[in-house]
Amino acid sequence: MPHSNHWIVPSLNLLASILLLISFAMLSRRRTQRLITLFAWQGLVLFTSTCLVAYSSGQKEMYYSAGLTLMLKVIALPWILHRLIQRLGAQWDSELLVNIPTTMLVGLVLVIFAFGLAQPISRMATTITRNTIGIALAVIFLAFLMMITRRKAVTQVIGFLAMENGLFFAATSATYGMPMVIELGIALDLLVGFFILGIFFFQIREQFDSLDLSHLEALKEE
Amino acid sequence: MLLLVLGWLFLGAIGLLRPHSLRFVARGLFPAGAVIGLGVALLGTVALLAGHAPQAMVLPLGLPSLPFHVRLDALSGFFLLLMGLAGAGISIFAAGYFRSGEGTAPGLLGLHYHIFLASMALVVLADDAYFFMVAWELMALSSYFLVVSQHRLPEIRRAGFLYLLMAHLGALCLLLSFGVLQGGRWQFTFDAMRGAPLTPLWATVAFLLALLGFGAKAGLVPLHGWLPEAHPAAPSPVSAMMSGLMLKTAVYGMLRITFDLLHVQFWQWGVLVLALGLFSAIYGAIFAGVKTDMKRLLAYSSIENIGLIFTGIGLAILFDACHLPLFAALALSAALLHSLNHAFFKSLLFLATGNVLHATKRRSLGALGGLAHTMPWVATMALVGTLAIAGLPPLNGFVSEWLLLQAFLFTPQIPHAFINMLVPLGAAVLALTVALAAYVMVKFYGIIFLGQPREPALEDAHDANWLERIGLAWLALGCIAIGVLPQIALRAAGAVTGLLLGQTVNFSSQLWWVAPITAKQASYSGLLLLAGIICVVGITFVVVRGLAHGRFRRTVPWDCGYPWQTSRMQDTAEGFGQPIRHIFGTAFDMERELPSPSDSAPHYRIHVEDRLWRMAYLPIERAVQRLSDAIGVLQGGRLAIYLLYSFLTLLALLVGVL
Amino acid sequence: MSAITMVRQFGEVLLAIALAPLFVGWIAQCRAWLQSRTAPPLVQPYRMMRKLFQKDVALAANATPLFRITPYVLFGSMVLAAAIIPSIATDLPFARVADAIALIGIFATARVFQSLAAMDTGTAFGTMGARREMMVGFLAEPALLMVLFNAFLLSGSTALPSVVEAYSAGPLSINPSLTFAGVAFVMVLLAENARIPIDNPSTHLELTMIHEAMVLEYSARHLALIEWASSLKLFNYACIGFALFLPWGIATHGADGGWALLLAAAALIAKLVVFGAALALIESLSAKLRIFRAPEYLATAFLLAVLGLLVHLLLGS
Repeated sequence: MPHSNHWIVPSLNLLASILLLISFAMLSRRRTQRLITLFAWQGLVLFTSTCLVAYSSGQKEMYYSAGLTLMLKVIALPWILHRLIQRLGAQWDSELLVNIPTTMLVGLVLVIFAFGLAQPISRMATTITRNTIGIALAVIFLAFLMMITRRKAVTQVIGFLAMENGLFFAATSATYGMPMVIELGIALDLLVGFFILGIFFFQIREQFDSLDLSHLEALKEE
Repeated sequence: MLLLVLGWLFLGAIGLLRPHSLRFVARGLFPAGAVIGLGVALLGTVALLAGHAPQAMVLPLGLPSLPFHVRLDALSGFFLLLMGLAGAGISIFAAGYFRSGEGTAPGLLGLHYHIFLASMALVVLADDAYFFMVAWELMALSSYFLVVSQHRLPEIRRAGFLYLLMAHLGALCLLLSFGVLQGGRWQFTFDAMRGAPLTPLWATVAFLLALLGFGAKAGLVPLHGWLPEAHPAAPSPVSAMMSGLMLKTAVYGMLRITFDLLHVQFWQWGVLVLALGLFSAIYGAIFAGVKTDMKRLLAYSSIENIGLIFTGIGLAILFDACHLPLFAALALSAALLHSLNHAFFKSLLFLATGNVLHATKRRSLGALGGLAHTMPWVATMALVGTLAIAGLPPLNGFVSEWLLLQAFLFTPQIPHAFINMLVPLGAAVLALTVALAAYVMVKFYGIIFLGQPREPALEDAHDANWLERIGLAWLALGCIAIGVLPQIALRAAGAVTGLLLGQTVNFSSQLWWVAPITAKQASYSGLLLLAGIICVVGITFVVVRGLAHGRFRRTVPWDCGYPWQTSRMQDTAEGFGQPIRHIFGTAFDMERELPSPSDSAPHYRIHVEDRLWRMAYLPIERAVQRLSDAIGVLQGGRLAIYLLYSFLTLLALLVGVL
Repeated sequence: MSAITMVRQFGEVLLAIALAPLFVGWIAQCRAWLQSRTAPPLVQPYRMMRKLFQKDVALAANATPLFRITPYVLFGSMVLAAAIIPSIATDLPFARVADAIALIGIFATARVFQSLAAMDTGTAFGTMGARREMMVGFLAEPALLMVLFNAFLLSGSTALPSVVEAYSAGPLSINPSLTFAGVAFVMVLLAENARIPIDNPSTHLELTMIHEAMVLEYSARHLALIEWASSLKLFNYACIGFALFLPWGIATHGADGGWALLLAAAALIAKLVVFGAALALIESLSAKLRIFRAPEYLATAFLLAVLGLLVHLLLGS
């Protein structure tokens, strides 16, 4: 390893913790606009941490995936999302299915579960970031929880994107990232999936005059 | 040693000589009972000082070839000390408390009361399963008679029945547990059980049965249903004994079986007990927050405190199973100290409610208020109890809760992946419970003793008589003494942990310091704290008086200038509990009647029920009802059919023998 | 216990008593500047108290002795807490009397006394304030305990002098769990000291107040003592925060000569100035929450503290 990592590991730990914090902040926010801002912040933290890992491990490819993160998750998607919710008029409060303190406590239990789950995995990994696998898992779980507790379609998409962030972070911390081809493939999938969902939004709204997903419950077979 | 216990029985029997003479029973027998209580406490102290040399003895009583065994070791000694000290205070109080014409005749009441005391002492002395169960049942029955001493009221009879039912279900579990514990040797002395070989599975079965049995007696949620019914129904000294002393026999039994009779522990047991304890603690605290009957509120607070004690026991099991004996001893010391503390402050508060009840005939908080003016003595003593139970330094409740929190600090060292992260959160639950307890006690004290009297009749409430005052003062003194010098009690607890875990925590060599593990890690001194507060308050007073003047004048309360104030504008107990109802709404079954805006005589009523009551108890009741209906079909009412049953049974048995 | 340590102890307590009203005055000044108002002088709290000490007490007719001793108990417990918290030096004879958890207990004692006194006169606002204060108390305590749990994991102690010495012995790095705990602590500090977003210290709108509602019936010297005690409470909380998160400058055992103490006092004042300004900024930027949003706010503080704990256990840093 070319560089000493006595300052890199603490900084990576700090960044990982901030990532976790942002996930919780996303759970506790009511406004969709805030969620998008937080999502952009999450991307930025991810970008920084990937750069740090790339620097310390000396793998050039990771700079590319970091750049991809910056372009896609910090700039492009938040911008599109902002435009989207303005067009849809959905920038205000999103209704919650469960009240916030309860959601947070459930989230806490999930974090403990993720951390416990990660302990054997991180013992196998050899990267300097292996301790943060637990946080990556927790970010995935929390994003899932956010998708479960929200009603509006836009927030569900943000949850989905946040989940991908967690997966990306897990990959970097466990194995210094996936091969570039897979990275690119996932990025493309993400973009395509995102556009499809965007089209869905308009369809849903046209159909029900609202983005509230509880209307979809009417679609089940009687 | 038995002489003292028999003394209690003897006193009870004397009372029968003149059952209707209140003077004789109250002024003679109850104070004598208090003296015996002190003797029992002395006996316990001797046992604690003796260290590892238990006294054992075989009585010439009991069933043929099954003599009763008794044994006095540090564990029994500790609980004898607890019963003796708190029991003495309660007995003195009871001497002044019982008035004639309240249901059962005084002599009979004295008999039940003293049998109750003696049987509790016998429970902790018993050294074989038979004698234990005999004493246990004696305790349940005598307390049942005490609960229903005002048997003319139907709801009291109902509460008594529920209590008896739960007591017997619990006893059944204990019986089964002892059956498992003997391990196939059919020797029912505790000595034989200590050596009995048990597979982990059977040990777990025995442990779970014991947990059920003792949990039902202690009022651990979800087996707590009887407690908030029975404690308010009994006369106040009896409530005090049941809450302060009887619940502790369950704690004793739990410790005896887990740490003494079963020689291995599994960390899963610890987690189970810990979870139940924490759940009971928070559950009790929340419900105490919404209850409006003062004795019911205290009963729920007992559930909370029992929860705290079981939390300590659970932690001790957990640490012990993970081979961290020092921390196990710390947790167990905290649990034992809290048992002792609870005996003092809960008895004190129950007795104070007795005074309030006598003076005002009201149990509902909504009808009380401002009693500090008419009952200053009771109010002062109750204030000590209130501050102690709220877990505030420098009183005793704080020390045990603090030690429990200190024990929680070491839970991240437990070598299990999920447990070492989940259990530390228990400390937060504990902190929440303790803070909620403070909330509840502010409500209890503030609404009963402070503010304006909510009914005009309260103006001529009378204070306690001198015997009652001695009883109250004794218990209050106990709260202060243990709080200021907790080392005395902790050293007693140390003898118990030495016996059960082979490990004693050295809480500093100086009597006025408490430092679990090391002084560098954490330390506390109640004595210096109290001295410091008194000094600072004194100096401040002198300086303020020196700087300024002491002039004051009395006026009406200002209240932001609202000119029209009545006692009905204060918070009611319901109002004070409102934040708790709001925050923990999911725990309750609430029924609300709200007034409509146009109502000329608006009426607001809220009724809060235990959700577990509907979710757990009623389904069981219905199931039992259905089952008994089904069995009832067998009862045709004709004699010939019954004879046929007997005959068929006989035949079946004969076939079995063949 | 030498005479020097006793002098140090008394000096520290007197410094705390003297600085606390100034700290409150400083925050008020900063707030005024941030809101483009003319700022009151720094010694305004002192002037208030001098005025109050000279007045006659107007005591409610049905007030019990509890009502009259409560101001003294409040002031006494806060002074005692100030004696325990190592604000300029760790080697204090009184500091071992209570660790950080027991300090919470002392604050709780003060809170219970204040609430009981508020209920004593039996007025509508008094009981309302008492109820709300106790509610904030039981919501804040778990979060505060978890903050201390973090400190314990990092330093192996809950006794504040040991925490300070452990930090000053090891190298300081930005620690995620400490950061989380720090934020949680500031949130609890705001809630416990009746400040925005939970309570507003300068409100005179009856229905929204907590602390003010409890002290409505107090006047003259009693009120002065209570105000002094609450400024001491804020000061104490700030000093606990400094001991836990910013222990630089506090004179540790063995290195606490005259100059070190002077330096420590200077560092304390510098920290207070910066922290006071930050507090004023936070208060100016945030809006007061509805009372039933308080659980959400304090749950967030709790969550942060627990996350700090978990992150510490996971990362082992």
